[in-house]
Amino acid sequence: MLNVYDILETIRMIQDECLDIRTITMGISLLDCIDSDIDKACDKVYDKITRCAKDLVKVGEDLEKEYGIPIINKRLSVTPIALVSAACKSSPVKFALTMEKAAKAVGVNLIGGYSALVQKGFSAGDLELINSIPEALALTSNVCSSVNIGSTKTGINLDACKIMGRIVKETAEKTVDNNCFGAAKLVVFCNAPDDNPFMAGAFHGVGQPDCIINVGVSGPGVVRAALSKYPDADITEIADIIKKTSYKITRVGQLVGVKASERLGVPFGIVDLSLAPTPAVGDSVAHILEEIGLEKCGAPGTTATLALLNDAVKKGGVMACSRIGGLSGAFIPVSEDAGMIDAAKSGSLCIEKLEAMTAVCSVGLDMIVVPGDTSADTIAAIIADEAAIGMVNSKTTAVRIIPAIGKDIGEELDWGGLFGCGPVMKVNTNSPSKFINRGGQIPAPLQSLKN
Amino acid sequence: MRAVITVIGKDTVGILAKVSGICAEYNANVIEVTQSVLQDMFAMIMLVDISKLNTGFTALSDRMSSLGKELGLSIHTMHEDIFNSMHRI
Repeated sequence: MLNVYDILETIRMIQDECLDIRTITMGISLLDCIDSDIDKACDKVYDKITRCAKDLVKVGEDLEKEYGIPIINKRLSVTPIALVSAACKSSPVKFALTMEKAAKAVGVNLIGGYSALVQKGFSAGDLELINSIPEALALTSNVCSSVNIGSTKTGINLDACKIMGRIVKETAEKTVDNNCFGAAKLVVFCNAPDDNPFMAGAFHGVGQPDCIINVGVSGPGVVRAALSKYPDADITEIADIIKKTSYKITRVGQLVGVKASERLGVPFGIVDLSLAPTPAVGDSVAHILEEIGLEKCGAPGTTATLALLNDAVKKGGVMACSRIGGLSGAFIPVSEDAGMIDAAKSGSLCIEKLEAMTAVCSVGLDMIVVPGDTSADTIAAIIADEAAIGMVNSKTTAVRIIPAIGKDIGEELDWGGLFGCGPVMKVNTNSPSKFINRGGQIPAPLQSLKN
Repeated sequence: MRAVITVIGKDTVGILAKVSGICAEYNANVIEVTQSVLQDMFAMIMLVDISKLNTGFTALSDRMSSLGKELGLSIHTMHEDIFNSMHRI
């Protein structure tokens, strides 16, 4: 029988502590849309997306009302477009425009998968797609792009790092009138997961079924509120409290995922156990670390507390759902987290500290604004550093960095909404150009030899 | 199938009557009610059977929310599965 305390706890989590389902993401395979005639291929893509996802938003809204829990985003991910566009001669930008049109037709707010997987080299279509990213992201508002440039199994494609340094910069330049927003929709990955429901890095991997539902949960505010009730608990107790809270959060994700999958007639894929912050007050991962006992995020102890948080979130979530996937861990996007924004503005949090933090959590250097005059090679080297952390630790890492064209330290970029507002952070300006221009492939580490 | 209706807010005359009136209108059978008034704060939790609703569950949920707005109360109508999922292994 339900008890009053449990009912009120659930309602308090939702009303006061920002518990929500961050996203229901439908993954759709476009492999059956390949055609050497790009117009025919785009027609097939549009038809398939609008057919598979026609009820997604409606089902999401119904579930919100029935379970009384906000489902913030309904999104789509598709097969990496480089695989679909490889057969066509013309520019793949048409696919981005088609994705945008289809996303608008079904009412989702973002669609991911304008992507290429080049961890070991470029196949037909990859370079064309990568080179078209700045234009594609400038011409569309809902399309998200990602490129996987390394993995534990393959090592790091340094040529791709170099190219992506330039592409990130060009994307920011092409969207300078819109606060360089294009770069906020572009992620460079190492060990990219192919069932990730979170943007901007979502795409539908080639080993996935034709259509699938993945769910991403949220709830940093709930974890913080739970911890605040135990100011004198020792650190083992803190880990236990986080585990219990994470279990409850994840159960809601599992429930919503199962129900959405039943109603849409589409298999249920995974729950992504991530703690995803928003810029809203009370929804910050940085504030959890501060609740554990740091004066400010970025202080010594940040990496240790984040490691504990990340691990406890997974341990709690693992039992709460049938299948786990995606990124599953605590996110630390600077511009999307009120506590991170504060810490970066006050100078407590620097890029180097963030880099250390990415070794113990998901995902990587996320939503970091850097000076507009940061060179493409420097961005490429930041990507290579981050990819190295992912490669060696057999985990996903990513870089979503936004060069603030025409701006410098002390200024900021403000996108509003879930993307938030990011202060321009200092970057080490010593040149990595000789390293980056060597090109080639960083060999896979010993960690890859597990057979 | 059951749903939990919670009503929290300032106590006034006729809250229970209005909420249960809507339940009757939508053919939701009230199974259990827990209610308390602390000082002038009213808190009620109502368990209702929604398997024979004469309309969709979302319509009932919308109707309760708008009653909440009318009366200045916070009314949530939620499927019991969310509580069972969160609090039962």
